[in-house]
Amino acid sequence: MSEQASGPVVDAAPAVTLDEATRAPAWRGPLLAVVGIAVTVVAVVAMAGQGWAQAGVALVGLVVLYLGAVEIGRRRFGPAFDLTTWLCLIWLVVLIGAAIAAPILPIGEHENLAATMMDPAMARPDLLSDNPLGTNNFGLDLLARVLYGARASLVVALGAVLIGMVVGGAIGILAGYRRKTTDRVVGILANSLLAVPPLILLIALATVLDPSLRNIAFALSLMALPSMIRVARASTMSFAQREFVLAGRAMGASSIRIMVRELLPNVLLPLASYAMVMVSVLIVAEASLSFLGLGIQAPAPSWGNMISEGQGRVFEQHPHIVMVPGTVLFLTVFAFNALGERARARFDPRAGKL
Amino acid sequence: MSTTVEPAPAPAPPRPKLRRRRTDGRLRGILGRLVELVLVLLVVSFGTFALVSLMDVDPAVSILGEGYAAEDYEKVREELGLNDPMIVRYFDWLGGALTGDLGQSVVPPYHDVVDRILAALPVSVELAALGMGMALLFSIPLAMWSAYHAGGRIDRFVSAGTFAVLSLPSFLVGLLVILVFSNTLGWFPRAEWSRLSEGLGDNLYHAFLPALTIALAETAMFTRILRNDLIGTLQEDFILAAKAKGMGTVHVLFSDALRPSSFSLITLMGISLGRLIGSTVIVEYLFALPGMGTLVIGAANTGDYVTVQGTVLVIAVIYVVTNALIDLSYGYLDPRVRRSHV
Repeated sequence: MSEQASGPVVDAAPAVTLDEATRAPAWRGPLLAVVGIAVTVVAVVAMAGQGWAQAGVALVGLVVLYLGAVEIGRRRFGPAFDLTTWLCLIWLVVLIGAAIAAPILPIGEHENLAATMMDPAMARPDLLSDNPLGTNNFGLDLLARVLYGARASLVVALGAVLIGMVVGGAIGILAGYRRKTTDRVVGILANSLLAVPPLILLIALATVLDPSLRNIAFALSLMALPSMIRVARASTMSFAQREFVLAGRAMGASSIRIMVRELLPNVLLPLASYAMVMVSVLIVAEASLSFLGLGIQAPAPSWGNMISEGQGRVFEQHPHIVMVPGTVLFLTVFAFNALGERARARFDPRAGKL
Repeated sequence: MSTTVEPAPAPAPPRPKLRRRRTDGRLRGILGRLVELVLVLLVVSFGTFALVSLMDVDPAVSILGEGYAAEDYEKVREELGLNDPMIVRYFDWLGGALTGDLGQSVVPPYHDVVDRILAALPVSVELAALGMGMALLFSIPLAMWSAYHAGGRIDRFVSAGTFAVLSLPSFLVGLLVILVFSNTLGWFPRAEWSRLSEGLGDNLYHAFLPALTIALAETAMFTRILRNDLIGTLQEDFILAAKAKGMGTVHVLFSDALRPSSFSLITLMGISLGRLIGSTVIVEYLFALPGMGTLVIGAANTGDYVTVQGTVLVIAVIYVVTNALIDLSYGYLDPRVRRSHV
């Protein structure tokens, strides 16, 4: 959670950060980093089994390490160096890589209750043991469950965003280019989808659909659709008045050609950067649905249903049941949010200062 | 309906698009908006109704269970009206809905859907309103403090903190809140609800933790938006003038800067209503409170599609109408923006 120390909004005050970075002595960054690593290692190795205290000390160590790394980075790569963005990127790459490679990684059992009859249930996280992140009520390995849960969450969320982008992008470009009646009809349909609050829409669909990955992705894509249409429509409208479209039309290009060859490439970038933010919204939505017992069904792991195992007194007695999937969910959502914001500020004409 | 959607926070101050229009166009704008509102509600109600046809089990079979007699099956289908064409059933249902009859639950004990909604709605409305109020209470001072020290340590800390909070799903926040305030400190009870009729104090005491959970995410959102607008306002000449007159900082912030900075916030409140309803649903489930969320989740889990349809319709109507009202009020609050339908 070290990202909390400095958000992605650092560039709100470049003057101050520049000042601080140049005033600090050169040895402060490396010193902080070394101290941070030392504290974290001590916490992991020497304080095993102490629960909240161990987690707290490890967190302090990571924050110190983060602060040190920020200073080293600024000194080495200049004041514009943004460690948070890099960390987000690294986290996502590692997570997605591990999720893809999960079947061949040497991790414990994630789903098969019969295979873990002899294993300890509710084991505390201990990075040096067989179950680095602990086990759940049935002795299933939490690390394995988190990674297989990542597969489900990411496949569903990314699939839904992709569907939303293709369908919503096409409809949005059409509405933004044709205007008039097309625009009005599309507007009413999009507003109708927006008229049902997202989670309520998902619950309603979950009532009638089987909770399979495909159906969940379909439901989530309906949630992504209206905002995708709006982004595509808005940026199409801003591009449709530009000279290159006029030139295309003067040369006798058909509407379809203009939409596909002239408008689509320009709309794609804002749409893709918006998709990043949308992924995080959909990951949370899927987790919420699974948390409510309407999404992916246990024992198949998903971050949402893993967290729901910690309801009642379980969280108090076995904090890791909630904290492990909760932290992974938080970091992933945070990473998508932060990167998406970055991309949007850069590529989306609506988000920037016009 | 909201016309510019910004579901995610933007780091740059969002400038609402100002559209000037002649006053004679305003009435037409409102009328057009009204027609659109009705059309949207029709589409939503049809979509809600059509949910059943997505079902892969026959509702009649799910009521009867395994091993039913053929004549029973026909009777149930007749009772549910499943033998009529869909469009006929839709208008039956819509007519019923308009006259306050949303049918009966298809699972025992076959409650009247409207009765259950009327019992559950006040709980949810109270929670959502308390959450929203708390969020405003927290976010206005926080945003002022942050904006007044724009670029400073406090400001950066608040910005980073609110951004992080926005990445916390409400069920996680709820679990943490329960762990800290209920299980560890023991200040508040969990999974208990006391109706307003049983006394205001008791009611608020039981509603505090759920409302706090709802408020947290909204606080983060509101703070970010208000801070951005406040920073712009604080650079205006009239703020300088007020300061030059010798007004105190607090006075300047509250009586001069707050009103002109609050328009994005008001627009956003309409948009964030959707998220607010979502977190209310989750919080009700988490704290086992007898509201709309618990109703709809329970119905979804038992496949009680009639209750789900009724609940979804009521929530959608409330949501759409509130948003339309907020949109209209926006034009009246800010004399510069006599904005109309884009």
